[in-house]
Amino acid sequence: MSQTSPPSAPDKAKIARQFIEAIPFSKALQMSLDEIGDGLAVISMPYDEALVGDPRTGVIHGGAVSALMDTCGGAAVMSHPEALAATATIDLRIDYMRPATPGDRITARAECYHVTRSVAFIRAEAFDHDGTRPVAAATGAFTVTRG
Amino acid sequence: MRKAPEPVHIIKERRDKALAALVDGVPYIRTLGVSFDRRGDELTAVLNYDDKLIGNPLLPALHGGATASFLEVSAIMELSFAILWDEIESGRLDADGLTPETLPRLPKTIDFTVDYLRSGLPRDAYARARVNRSGRRYASVHVEAWQDNRDRLFAQATGHFLMPERG
Repeated sequence: MSQTSPPSAPDKAKIARQFIEAIPFSKALQMSLDEIGDGLAVISMPYDEALVGDPRTGVIHGGAVSALMDTCGGAAVMSHPEALAATATIDLRIDYMRPATPGDRITARAECYHVTRSVAFIRAEAFDHDGTRPVAAATGAFTVTRG
Repeated sequence: MRKAPEPVHIIKERRDKALAALVDGVPYIRTLGVSFDRRGDELTAVLNYDDKLIGNPLLPALHGGATASFLEVSAIMELSFAILWDEIESGRLDADGLTPETLPRLPKTIDFTVDYLRSGLPRDAYARARVNRSGRRYASVHVEAWQDNRDRLFAQATGHFLMPERG
């Protein structure tokens, strides 16, 4: 394994964490970075009444889940060995499979599965306490800025 | 004999009350800072700028998730208000004292695809949704969002929704 190509993987993970946790909108939704590295990212956010989209059921708004997926997708891109610096979303599609259980923390797991010279492709899933049945799935394309 | 038309302030008050009941019931709309302008049954959603909506502090640019949320809120509100409009204009529902329990149920998002056209600037944004098809069970909605110029969209989205069962 070569140690010559800066920055090293742990440094990149640290930079990515600092970068992501400093994002104002992610902070507003209390997102926390649980895992990152090599094109994989896990980000979660707690249930909060401020995120409720349907007052009758207490289910959080799809938009909040989209925000989590978008952040997680971007983090996966940033942590990919071939992508550097900042990224921006080109497009993001979310499928909502079932309502998230009110009160549950939502965890998104995104994988940057392919990178070209200028585009990074991601897929992601979001879960509540039931880690076997996703509440939502996403696919997206992000810009790649090379250093 | 033809019935005398309703006084304009009565009509406006009924429609504004119905819209307010719908919007005020959804906590996430307040969290985002979205408000709605109404002209007849046409709604324009306004994302009132706040520093917390930023996703890239260096540019700075709106967070893609804030934009996606804004578009989805606009789409759901367009559909919901269309349903509510029929109910209050026909007299089946009274616009006074509407609560989350008495309001029609909200449509559920099946899927939502956001197209980011340019970065969102740190200022207010506007969105209008168009219901392209609204069937008994499914609806397809397109939303466009802009900031300074109506013709220069910064994002658009298409979503499919499961319509609430109607009594």
